[in-house]
Amino acid sequence: MKDPFPFSAIVGQEEMKLAMILTAIDPGIGGVLVFGDRGTGKSTAVRALAALLPPIRAVEGCPVNSATLADVPVWVQGAGQKIVTRPTPVIDLPLGVTEDRVVGALDIERALTRGEKAFEPGLLARANRGYLYIDEVNLLEDHIVDLLLDVAQSGENVVEREGLSIRHPARFVLVGSGNPEEGELRPQLLDRFGLSVEVTSPRDVATRVEVIRRRDAYENRPEGFMKTWKAKDATLRRKILAARAALPGLTTPDAVLEDCAGLCIALGSDGLRGELTLLRTARALAAYQGETVVTRQHLRSAAPSALRHRLRRDPLDEAGTGARVARILAEALPA
Amino acid sequence: MPQPYARARAALAVLAVDPEGVGGLWLRARPSPQRDQVTGAVAALVLLPLTRLAPNVGDETLFGGTDLAASLVAGRAVLTRGLFATPRAIVLAMAERCPVALAVRLGQWLDRGTGCLIALDEGAEPDEALPPALIDRLGLFLDLDGISAHLPLDVADPTLLADARGRLPFVTVPDEAIELLTATAASVGIGSLRAPLQALAAARAHAALRGAAAVGDEDLRLAVELTYAHRALPQSDRADEPPEAEPPPPDDRPDDGDDTNSADPDTMTLPEDMLLDAVRAALPADLLARLAAGRAARAAVGTSGSGGAKKGNRRGRPLGSRPGRPDGQSRIDPIATLRAAAPWQAVRRALQPGATGLLIRPDDFRLRRFQELSDRVLIFAVDASGSAAMARLAEAKGAVELLLAQAYARRDHVALVAFRGTAAELLLAPTRSLVQTKRRLAGLPGGGGTPLAAGLQMAIEVARLSRGRGMTPTVALLTDGRANIDLNGLANRPKATEDAARMARMLAATGTPAIVLDTAMRPQPALQTLARQMGAAYLALPRADARRLSQALSGALEAA
Repeated sequence: MKDPFPFSAIVGQEEMKLAMILTAIDPGIGGVLVFGDRGTGKSTAVRALAALLPPIRAVEGCPVNSATLADVPVWVQGAGQKIVTRPTPVIDLPLGVTEDRVVGALDIERALTRGEKAFEPGLLARANRGYLYIDEVNLLEDHIVDLLLDVAQSGENVVEREGLSIRHPARFVLVGSGNPEEGELRPQLLDRFGLSVEVTSPRDVATRVEVIRRRDAYENRPEGFMKTWKAKDATLRRKILAARAALPGLTTPDAVLEDCAGLCIALGSDGLRGELTLLRTARALAAYQGETVVTRQHLRSAAPSALRHRLRRDPLDEAGTGARVARILAEALPA
Repeated sequence: MPQPYARARAALAVLAVDPEGVGGLWLRARPSPQRDQVTGAVAALVLLPLTRLAPNVGDETLFGGTDLAASLVAGRAVLTRGLFATPRAIVLAMAERCPVALAVRLGQWLDRGTGCLIALDEGAEPDEALPPALIDRLGLFLDLDGISAHLPLDVADPTLLADARGRLPFVTVPDEAIELLTATAASVGIGSLRAPLQALAAARAHAALRGAAAVGDEDLRLAVELTYAHRALPQSDRADEPPEAEPPPPDDRPDDGDDTNSADPDTMTLPEDMLLDAVRAALPADLLARLAAGRAARAAVGTSGSGGAKKGNRRGRPLGSRPGRPDGQSRIDPIATLRAAAPWQAVRRALQPGATGLLIRPDDFRLRRFQELSDRVLIFAVDASGSAAMARLAEAKGAVELLLAQAYARRDHVALVAFRGTAAELLLAPTRSLVQTKRRLAGLPGGGGTPLAAGLQMAIEVARLSRGRGMTPTVALLTDGRANIDLNGLANRPKATEDAARMARMLAATGTPAIVLDTAMRPQPALQTLARQMGAAYLALPRADARRLSQALSGALEAA
């Protein structure tokens, strides 16, 4: 299988790229939702993100990627004793997936052939400490969405079925993409995404030509192309790691906290998750830009993607909430 | 302009040279010898193993999995490999019926670039088309409608194709070619960036077939014909760009397409307009309109993807288990399976003395079943006739929007039927996309007669179809009740009233709950009668009181 298209080689779509970098810096932001037209590189960007993520340390053979031996759930059989380095998991959740495959179920094969009661972990187990990617997230069936919501909230997957009673940690970052023309996303699920970005096809011909040119090079002259861009990806990854390291040392002035709360009140966003996400995003942005103090400017840049999807939405409002955020942002936080 | 035959031939040759690059072929044709010929040619020319799929294929077939029956016999896990594991060409029959879930999977597979897809679209109904996720990924399009004769598909001999494949990696593409292709795509309103990539692949493949070292004018022209024509937006949809408005540059536009052929193939002499013309000329205008209509309708239907699966076995109230074969989608009921196998253990052990453990045969499998309440679909039949337009079409639209907001909150599906002039029109097939509904509603013009019967007939039809998809329809009729066009589209008031009454009774007979909103200036007694015949609640649209309207409507609908 071919290497995925390098992240740095994606032309334009700066907001989407920045949102992904910020969640890579601080997974606590809680994932990205990318909504937009077909053929704008949504899936390409998510797949490329995997290459940017720093590896994790996990117990060898553990299906839930436990960090230490003590964390390995009791039901796990066959986990090793060593701690190994493995790539951050980026798990695809395909449409039409069954509940059993998502949460895990009784291992039917072992139950029927050997008469053993064993748990077969599902996708949620594999996504623990990593990313869960849902393409066409708005077409996901409702009962799967219910499951995801429940687990995303508690950070734990509880399986009570077929005589099994099993729980395991399932903390993952949700990354979704979709095309709004094909359907809406439920507000509860929307709220689970830390950041939301809207992508559109680039309008000017020069950008489009550049996209085609790079893609063509990727398809037909991969060696030189990958060499150039992998180097840039490596630089970007180092930058992400540096930002991660800098994150705890950042100072957040009280004025910024007040700005943050003021903005969310002005926007009337539901709940406090908006404030928390906005603050985390602004901090990650400051760290990414190599600064030590979070400023109002960071808040301003982070606000659209952190708050756009949290407003109480008038379903018939054509302009979308992006415009509303921009307007209120200009009023509440003048530059 | 090349004949359809020549185009078919070129498309097949391009597909044979670079199947992964162009993604595949959308073949619109009824089952016919010509279609078989084309698929036969694909099988013969494309160097990938060919597999036929039906739209109801399961994940097990696509992705592979555990072969449970074989595992039981062997006493260890027997894995099967899915179709997606190895490169291949997939022929998808009845592609216009392809459910969104499958389309998305096929799309993700095509994105990996390890095969190509031939989508056979029978085009039986004018408003049927492929799911948009597939349209975007299939580079080539052929319409065999109207090609009745035997196709001279002596495409190329295998050695020529093999040579072309060998040359393909070395074909160079001038920078101007990329610019031209991209600009052309943008100017015919193709937003997706996959299209120029596929056009580029097609141009490259064609150049390799010609034996040229670089992509030249004729390759580009053929590429846009093959890959852009079917996606170009019809002129009416491109409101932001006046059609044909760009005046052709006075000098650099050749009078005749032949002029460009004499040019040096290594420099791009082809003006963009030429490519545009090639796109426009490649397909008849009405086909574009038909495809566009189909695209919109299908896009909408796509969102109802969950409808068909409602009878499935994944959620809802549990019913008893039934025998069946595990297919990767359904859930096995282990207890029931064991119970089915238990009585036979002694017999089977006698037949199979060496075996250990439980002896389970494939026919012991019991699958879970669930019953689920289906989604509701709200069908709006909106009177957009002249009289209604005069009266309160705008307010009727407002009422629909209010209902839409409620439908959104309840995750109902919405369909929109409008009737005016001489006929009714399905503006929007059942969808959950409010953005689309809103857009269609806003664009609904008023004027003409009141073909009330036709509107009801269409609503009945939509209700029947959605019931077939496992949804529960409710009809909301908004009219001022002055039916004056009969079912045949003729102006005949008595006949029109009679037809409307007949349709109303028919709707009542299907047991579809309904509500009639009277949008006339004064409440119409005739409409009250009609509502009674429909077995529907009647409501005179209160003037300019949105809240009261909303309450009245939800009351009536909850009762329905």
